[in-house]
Amino acid sequence: MDRRSRGPATTDILEVKNLKAYYLMNYFGISREVRAVDDITMNVRKNEVYGIAGESSSGKTSFIKVLAAAIRPPLRVVGGSATFSFGNQTVDVGSASPEEIEAIRWRHLSYIMQGSMSVLNPVRRIGRIFEDFAMRPLGLTGSAFRQRVIEHLGHLKLGPEVLTAYPHELSGGMRQRVTIGLATVCKPEFIIADEPTTALDVVVQKDVLALIRNLQREMGSSIIFVTHDMSVHANMADRVGIIYAGRLVEEAPTRELFQSPKHPYTAHLVASLPRIGDTTQRPALEGRPPNLAEPPPGCRFHPRCPLAIDICRKEVPPLETVAPDHRTACWRWREVEPLVPVAPVRTAEVIA
Amino acid sequence: MTALLDISHVSKSFQMGGILSRRRVDAVQDVSFTLEVGKPEIFTIIGESGSGKTTLARMILGLERPSAGEIRFRGEPVTHANRAERLKFMANVQPVFQNPFEAFNPLKRVDRYLESTARRFLKARSSAEVGAAMDGALQKVGLSLAEVRGRFAHELSGGQLQRVAIARALIPNPPLLIADEPVSMVDASLRMSIVNLLRKLRDDLGVSVIYITHDLATAYYISDRIVIMQKGKVVEMGPARAILDRPEHPYSQLLKASVLSADDAGAGKLGAAADLMALSDSLLSAPRSSLAERPDGRLVRVYAAA
Repeated sequence: MDRRSRGPATTDILEVKNLKAYYLMNYFGISREVRAVDDITMNVRKNEVYGIAGESSSGKTSFIKVLAAAIRPPLRVVGGSATFSFGNQTVDVGSASPEEIEAIRWRHLSYIMQGSMSVLNPVRRIGRIFEDFAMRPLGLTGSAFRQRVIEHLGHLKLGPEVLTAYPHELSGGMRQRVTIGLATVCKPEFIIADEPTTALDVVVQKDVLALIRNLQREMGSSIIFVTHDMSVHANMADRVGIIYAGRLVEEAPTRELFQSPKHPYTAHLVASLPRIGDTTQRPALEGRPPNLAEPPPGCRFHPRCPLAIDICRKEVPPLETVAPDHRTACWRWREVEPLVPVAPVRTAEVIA
Repeated sequence: MTALLDISHVSKSFQMGGILSRRRVDAVQDVSFTLEVGKPEIFTIIGESGSGKTTLARMILGLERPSAGEIRFRGEPVTHANRAERLKFMANVQPVFQNPFEAFNPLKRVDRYLESTARRFLKARSSAEVGAAMDGALQKVGLSLAEVRGRFAHELSGGQLQRVAIARALIPNPPLLIADEPVSMVDASLRMSIVNLLRKLRDDLGVSVIYITHDLATAYYISDRIVIMQKGKVVEMGPARAILDRPEHPYSQLLKASVLSADDAGAGKLGAAADLMALSDSLLSAPRSSLAERPDGRLVRVYAAA
């Protein structure tokens, strides 16, 4: 199962072009505008895991809300487009009607949410929740539906007895697997996963990640995987995009992003990961993420950037292609060096 | 010489359920360790949820009474009869909690927390004295009173707010801090500033820190000694580097194997170590076990053959 030998199947399933989504508020005659998603252009290919990394209030949640077609005021798409291609059908989530969205939701476009406890209705058995979610999009009833669900839960290492349990009777890891099951039972082509493993313990987390990865490979679907944990991206994603203050600042294949980041923010994120077996002093980034209601002019990272020069304070750097598949938005990307060298893949860990 | 903190054979069990379905949950079972005076260190308690690490911390803080065993701080038991004793203890042992946004009331200016701590523990009367104490503590964490005065919690970043929480804890100049998952709610780019700060507190100010976490990588980075807990029991304890480089107990090995490393970025190595998981689970029900000492100073739980 080498994922490099995937062949030429690199058609895009999602194309985002100059997407701008702002929170537009007008209270008591005072209007405020929060530019949560500001001019993002990217695409997601078929059969790939695209990781999105960003801090809290970087706009990553607003971005995936737009992608999941959950655009509610005050969030509004003010420019650009995000277009899904499912087979021969294309849907732009910014301009699609509610009926069109309804037709693709769960069947083609699905969403794994963060807190399993707030997704699952606490007073309904798991089996009933599956009926609520999946009966209509699947178009199955009775025992055929039940058979399909049980078979699918089997992939997630859950037995049929789960269907008669209430959410609180399951452990956190099992509950999260149930939410993954709900999101994937209709075999969607595109899955948005928002911090699906953040609340889990380390041992369970690795297991759940492997399950998501295996399901994705089996179904051949694409995943947008959002988390702030860079070590999860390192092991999960095919490509990673870094969002800072509402903008995509760097995007590259995972290994390349970790080995030779070309944006100072990425370089910092990678360097700040402590490793077992290494106690050298790790650099800490000072300052705080900018307020999106009044972002700094020019490059939004410049107040915290060690490389900032005059042009960074005045002009927004374009997202340039610096290597195949590798884009970065930095005026001085040629001078960005990895702060801590990433060790080559170790052949085997010596455990004496 | 009496130890700074002496925990001897401490256990805690809770009663769960109603009258008919009553069962006992052993949250902490027979834990012992000692922190020395004059030897500041970062002592890390590692465990997953349900391992009893937070219960242990609450017992050290005197918020929970042990069911068995005793916790002594400088020779005095930490369960106090009266308020004066309790205040005296709190001036010496201070907590830092997980989520700074929950620790601070959003409607209260953060400097008021610092102020009330200074008035209570330093008996500072004049506003100049209080200001000096507040500024001194904030300087230690890389902030200043001018930056923080009059701010509300939402006006500071998670990293800054967690540093304010640590500054507050430092006001009475305590020799011991209990930090319960202080970085798990802080953004990635700010996390290392908190971890580096704990290290600085130990090296420059001689503060001992009990650092509670589930993250082995930061534990390796800052700890002197660690204790790994599984379902209330200590399974391995001793020098941090030695244990994390070569964990001996299957559960410690499982934890280490589950750490996602950025070293193999893009290699897609996933999948849990099923054999280690089965082995460490099976050891949970082993009837008799004891801690055995190894030449490198670690204690490992060993099991009597059934």
